[in-house]
Amino acid sequence: MATDTFFSIPKSTAARTVTITFEGEPLSVPAGISVAAALLAGGVKNFRSSVVGGRPRAPYCMMGVCFECLVEIDGIPARQSCLIPVREGMAIRRQIGAVELQFGAGEKA
Amino acid sequence: MSGDVTDLVVIGAGPAGLAAACEARALGLSVILLDEQTTIGGQIYRNIEAAPPDRREILGEDYAAGQKLAAEFRESGTDYRGGTSVWNVTTDGTVDYVGGHTATVTGRCVLMASGAMERPFPIKGWTLPGAMGAGAAQILLKGAGAMPSGPVVLAGCGPLLYLLAWQYLRAGAEIGAVVDTTDAAGYVRALPHALGALMGWRDLSKGLKLLAALKRSGVPVYSGASALAIEGEAAVEALTFKHRGKPVRLSASLVLLHQGVVPNTQLSLSTGLEHHWNSAQLCWQPVTDEWGRMGDSALYVAGDSRGIVGALASATQGRLAALSIAKQLGAAADIAQRATELKRQLAGRTHIRPFLDALYRPLTEHRVPSRDDVTVCRCEEVTAGQIRSYVELGCLGPNQTKTFGRCGMGPCQGRFCGLTVTELIAEGRGVDPEEVGHYRVRPPIKPVLLGDFVD
Amino acid sequence: METNKGENTRMSKRQMTVVGGGLLGAAIAYGAARAGTSVHILDQGDSALRASRGNFGLVWVHGKGATMPDYVQWTKEGLRLWPELQNELMELTGVDAGLQQPGGFWLGFDEKDVEARAVALDKINQDGGDVPFQMMDRAELRQYLPGLGDAVVGGSFCSLDGQANPLMLLRALHAALKAKGVDIISGVDIAKVEYDAGTGMFDAVAKDGRRWKSDRLVLAAGLGNAALAPQVGLLAPVKPTRGQVLITERLKPFLDYPTNKCRQTKEGTVQLGSTAEDVGYDDGTSADKIEWLARRAVETFPVLGQARLVRAWGALRPLTPDGYPIYQESQTCPGAFVVSSHSGVTLAASHCYVLGPWTSGLTQTPQEFKSFRGERFLDPNASFSNGY
Repeated sequence: MATDTFFSIPKSTAARTVTITFEGEPLSVPAGISVAAALLAGGVKNFRSSVVGGRPRAPYCMMGVCFECLVEIDGIPARQSCLIPVREGMAIRRQIGAVELQFGAGEKA
Repeated sequence: MSGDVTDLVVIGAGPAGLAAACEARALGLSVILLDEQTTIGGQIYRNIEAAPPDRREILGEDYAAGQKLAAEFRESGTDYRGGTSVWNVTTDGTVDYVGGHTATVTGRCVLMASGAMERPFPIKGWTLPGAMGAGAAQILLKGAGAMPSGPVVLAGCGPLLYLLAWQYLRAGAEIGAVVDTTDAAGYVRALPHALGALMGWRDLSKGLKLLAALKRSGVPVYSGASALAIEGEAAVEALTFKHRGKPVRLSASLVLLHQGVVPNTQLSLSTGLEHHWNSAQLCWQPVTDEWGRMGDSALYVAGDSRGIVGALASATQGRLAALSIAKQLGAAADIAQRATELKRQLAGRTHIRPFLDALYRPLTEHRVPSRDDVTVCRCEEVTAGQIRSYVELGCLGPNQTKTFGRCGMGPCQGRFCGLTVTELIAEGRGVDPEEVGHYRVRPPIKPVLLGDFVD
Repeated sequence: METNKGENTRMSKRQMTVVGGGLLGAAIAYGAARAGTSVHILDQGDSALRASRGNFGLVWVHGKGATMPDYVQWTKEGLRLWPELQNELMELTGVDAGLQQPGGFWLGFDEKDVEARAVALDKINQDGGDVPFQMMDRAELRQYLPGLGDAVVGGSFCSLDGQANPLMLLRALHAALKAKGVDIISGVDIAKVEYDAGTGMFDAVAKDGRRWKSDRLVLAAGLGNAALAPQVGLLAPVKPTRGQVLITERLKPFLDYPTNKCRQTKEGTVQLGSTAEDVGYDDGTSADKIEWLARRAVETFPVLGQARLVRAWGALRPLTPDGYPIYQESQTCPGAFVVSSHSGVTLAASHCYVLGPWTSGLTQTPQEFKSFRGERFLDPNASFSNGY
């Protein structure tokens, strides 16, 4: 995983880590960093597929203006991962195309 | 729904916002500061309070200087509300924001200090994973200590690009190449401003030191590059460009693009108050008086979102705005002495600006794509060719592109395509960008979950 | 044809000037050009209020015309003609105006409102409306509208109703006009219209003094009609009513039918509307109404709480006092017409296929138009409510 990432974060013995999952796979990442940074350092290169053309996309600006870093976090779709700090146990999935509204049990025909 | 009323609402926790809050508090004003990030410092001082000493060392003394401002802010007694996303500002000082749920605060004055964003770099392949802004990479360094895993290519122009290269060298990151698009004509353009550059000699010498270090490092530097394009299918595979008349292809999986920063005007544009096109900085700017006030409204703008001036000048502008606001609200009778002192400081910190603007003016071909297949609106995947066809069908300005296609209607709300669209239409119509105009920006100025409006 | 101040020119017959290039003006001009008339459109351009940009996009009849049976028939005919317009524009220009006619729902949040609705729809049919409809309770509604909120207590369904894309329709009409060689002159603010009884010719005069001559004149200037109509002896007391609308990000399809306040477009965005405000000529948005619309959206479909609001806009409906159109030819200045309607999408096909040839002088005045004259507003015994 280390060689096939865009970015890496040098391990520091002092730093606290948290465990998150991406597409079900666990990732150990430094506490306090953004989800986008954690995913980039964790080897994720494809965050979502674009809404119109289904093209692979990844973060561009890292500051909340480009809206490319959208992923599903803990069941909520299309969240700007560069603005959200990681938390222990966070479950992250790719955002595939447009947001799909989640209906409750028995709601959807 | 909170309905707090305060003397001053500051939007943005970068140097301008922090300094303004400090100055206003010192003059006895009550201040609420809102910011979307969960840490203070904006982009330039990103994560300044938590960055470990070795990272501060790598990033250099300009970054480290933010610590003092952060400390001053923490002592100031400002009502600081981080993690809040402002979605509406009215000209009489109402500010609506989301921080878990929607809330409203009212300021007798409001200071908008949203800072800058990277200028878009619309070239072929710029939407592929592996193409990022150099500023984004710098945020990764500041916020997470993250560095490129393999040899990275830096491409474009402007002080931030060279600064990042220098920071990477200090950190031991491998730089594959620096592809510099500063053109020879830039030096000629910058010459008339050389006096200003000399007056800002501290900034100038800093820049020269960066370039010297880069040269010594042995990193390949391609100067005067043009016709940049990115190759790749599902991710970046190579950067191609022209150098001394010859085509060059560099294999790369991470390309960091940069051609300067531009004011983040989404907030100020949404007020409907006057903006004008700055043809030296190639961007829109709010029209303000010398203190930063927009017309007769309760709204002020300070820092890079008013016009690119850099971190130190942004802080000075923030303090000047606070002075004017304090006077306006009757909290300070005599601001003359402090104002004079700050104005002198501001002049010293902006002498270098016209020189940099002229020298690092981005190439037209990298702002106005000539290839039809280049994506301009990333959200809705509208290409340069499609926008040119709208002009042929009679489209006069960016707002009308929404009638012809969905350009600018995606979640970024025109932030990343606005400048390109304006310049494309200006070129197609053969008129000035000022005449073409900009997207009409309305609230919500950031997407808001409908559920957040429900108690 | 543009002439200099004071110059007179002989013209061939059926030269039409249309003042206003929005949904009404463009549709009528296209219909006229189609019928062989030589047309040019004078449009204010980007600085105008542009009600057309603010249309919600419903193609709708049920519930309309409660106090005017002629309007019910006029609207039904418009819905019937729409598919022809959709196909014709698609073939001629390649632009998809987005027509979908799966039927539409009106939703009620109060038992009293639902009862009143049933009575009103019944009355429309008793007056000869012949508009098919079905009242449904919440359970039945949920079979068509999954996830419908508990706040909705009942509603009505009409199989004739549907939706289109107002911006695409306008674009299609403009492309069709271009294909027919119709000139659209932009940036023209018409201040005065003059009639020469001797020659039977009209002059449309812009604020900057430019003039256009024609023997047929159609005033389709939206709110601007109020000032222009009297100049040709007609009355068009239109006033603005602001409507604010919210638009979400693109969502995967979940809503198969448009409802009166909420519809999902072909691109997947959901439109939520609309307000009815008396704020003069202010077409801006307001936080309180945005919040109100958002709350009602989530009450209607709780799943919408998961959707992001991306845009909000306001637009000014040009409304007559009773909300019904004005389609009238001047008696003192024959060949001059005023056309006013705020349902530029629902009635687009009628504006094209009926008003086009009519304003060209090729057909008789349709009999419904007796109800659409401006003088009805002069009746001292009548009181008007525009339904908003």
